[in-house]
Amino acid sequence: MNGAEALLKALERQGVDLVFGHPGGAILPVYDALYDSPIKHVLVRHEQAGAHAADAYYRASGRVGVCFATSGPGATNLVTGLATAQMDSSAVVAVTGNVASSLIGTDAFQEADVYGITGPVTKHNYLIKNVEDIPRVVAEAFHIAATGRPGPVLIDVPKDIQQAEFRGSFEVEIDLPGYRPTVVGHARQVRKAAEAIRAAERPVMMVGGGGQVASEEVLAFARKTGIPVITTLMGIGAFPAGERQALGMPGMHGTVTANRAITHCDLILGAGLRFDDRVTGKISRFAPNATVVHIDIDPAEISKLVKAHVPVVGDLRDVLPRLGEELEPLAIDAWWEQIEAWKGMYPERYKKDKPLVSQEVIQLLREASGGDVVVTTEVGQHQMFAARLFPTTRPRSFITSGGLGTMGFGLPAAVGAAFARHDETVVCVAGDGSVQMNIQELATVYKHQLPIVIAILNNGVLGMVRQWQEMFSAERYSEIYLADSNPDFAKLAEAYGIESYNIFDRETARELVPQALARKKPVLLNFFVYEAEKVFPMIPAGAGVDEMMLGDQEPDEVTADGPEVTA
Amino acid sequence: MSAVRHVMSVTVRDRPGVLVRIASLFARRGFNIESLSVAQSEEPGISRTTFVVTGEDATLEQVQKQLQKLIDVIKVIDHSQAKSIDRELMLIKVAVQSPEARVEIRQIAQDFRARIVDVARHALVFEVTGDEGKMNAFIEQMRDFGIIELIRTGRVALPRGESDAQRLPSVRSRAA
Repeated sequence: MNGAEALLKALERQGVDLVFGHPGGAILPVYDALYDSPIKHVLVRHEQAGAHAADAYYRASGRVGVCFATSGPGATNLVTGLATAQMDSSAVVAVTGNVASSLIGTDAFQEADVYGITGPVTKHNYLIKNVEDIPRVVAEAFHIAATGRPGPVLIDVPKDIQQAEFRGSFEVEIDLPGYRPTVVGHARQVRKAAEAIRAAERPVMMVGGGGQVASEEVLAFARKTGIPVITTLMGIGAFPAGERQALGMPGMHGTVTANRAITHCDLILGAGLRFDDRVTGKISRFAPNATVVHIDIDPAEISKLVKAHVPVVGDLRDVLPRLGEELEPLAIDAWWEQIEAWKGMYPERYKKDKPLVSQEVIQLLREASGGDVVVTTEVGQHQMFAARLFPTTRPRSFITSGGLGTMGFGLPAAVGAAFARHDETVVCVAGDGSVQMNIQELATVYKHQLPIVIAILNNGVLGMVRQWQEMFSAERYSEIYLADSNPDFAKLAEAYGIESYNIFDRETARELVPQALARKKPVLLNFFVYEAEKVFPMIPAGAGVDEMMLGDQEPDEVTADGPEVTA
Repeated sequence: MSAVRHVMSVTVRDRPGVLVRIASLFARRGFNIESLSVAQSEEPGISRTTFVVTGEDATLEQVQKQLQKLIDVIKVIDHSQAKSIDRELMLIKVAVQSPEARVEIRQIAQDFRARIVDVARHALVFEVTGDEGKMNAFIEQMRDFGIIELIRTGRVALPRGESDAQRLPSVRSRAA
């Protein structure tokens, strides 16, 4: 057995049966060993896509995603994918080949300092120097990636190590004295948190990405206490969007109700979130009257941005049930009355005064799917529309690049999600800008005939950049125009062998969306939507949560030029 | 806000790359590393490092937490928060211009308990250990005679008394 075979065996022992990757010179021994391995390999057409697919595989299934790449450019192409996974706490193990140990540091062909380059974008990384270390390093990598606050781990394996004879054992002990995540919340802190919640008159719970693994606990806690629940972009699905207690998304493009609740609440129970600047806006104006109870498994997130009055370090699956036991249903009827009033005053709404607008396409997708699909998104306006109008009811089902905001994430993420959730339809909500950043993955989608509906909201511009330029740069539109040189996406998909349609009006959209969702095979829908649509409400960067610009969400807006629709 | 100086002990697994990770964490938060010393601890495979850093006080706690998150970091102690002893060692080469100067230099060195480690016709090399104040005072005294060159190890620190705040776990396997 050589090092490459030992590597695959070690992966198998971690339960790996699928990897995403792209071969190359320095990882040839691993690909040779793969030939006889039960592990299935999905050939992506760009290493970045492999990393995103592995990331989405984890997010959709809870099983660690694995990707392979070769040395040099193969490995540097992973960097964006690793950074995306790091920011959104996604468990990925990336294996890269490297040039032979004797060539490392000599500027050899396809050599890069991968260990050095990937350090800042991974939870941890390894450069293997001894073939016998392979089983232990793989075991540690999976342990680090999947426990505590999850994150990506990279293992760099020089080619001579892959080829070296392996005589070691697979019975290894993990040896990480510096790594002991705190899972069980401190009893005194849990009691203090309960006291604070009991004393509150206007409490609100905010659930982030950490809630994806604790959705049952979140639901049980919310049901018992009756607390209003806000879910961040990363927390979508951790609490079912349709529940009466759900207030939607907070922050820059959040719902009016969620942002009003934050401004007026006297207690925030933060659960598995990191109070990102897109959520808080200007910190000094964020929840100015609130006692902050912050539960997170990562102690470094507590009081990083928003000062926590009651910190609880621990796993939500441990802390929330214990916290719930300490509490009775909260007497907050007056607060609920206020919240219901906001909900009534500010429903989701948009104007259908053009042949086709983005929001109605997304609403159509939700209605036709019953919300019971996996959604992935690219990054931009369509992402925000999807977060607000297509929030999934189940956890691990709304997959988006929240922290890093990576354009090019959605299509490869759909590939990863489709493999993670075999029989389920995946809807990739994309923009005409973002989708081109990893468009080559149409080949992977085609090859495996994945049940993915790619919905391009094609407005011919980089919509979110356009929105900022319109609002904050006096309509000085700089380098946002795509329509004059966009490909015909339907023809492009056709060239890849994928069924596809150009859609210009709502009648065709209504007809084709349900059909596409029922196909259980790849379909690309290219919707030509209104160019100048803007995402509202919006909190301008650096402004406070209480300084929302409502735009077409304004309740008393005159809608002279078309019918208004309440979503 | 003002930059404050902190002496921090960071106990680490003896693995390649760990210092780079620590240094880049300090750099990302705008901390300047004034001195750094690294050496084996009493436990094989584990090293103690002492960083003297200056940066915003408010971000220090965050840096400490981020350091603690690094997989190969075992313990982080901020000595400004704990009662600690710290020392450094300096080698200093002083010019000897005349026989009178030689006598005077040796007298001052004696007061500082500095040891002569090399003697040349026109120079003396002293080894001085102590806290930072003593180092600086000795340097001031020697300036008039002419300092040819000097090197300092940077500070090393341990908590006082029987505290086992820095006690180490044992490491089973060899470094990867």
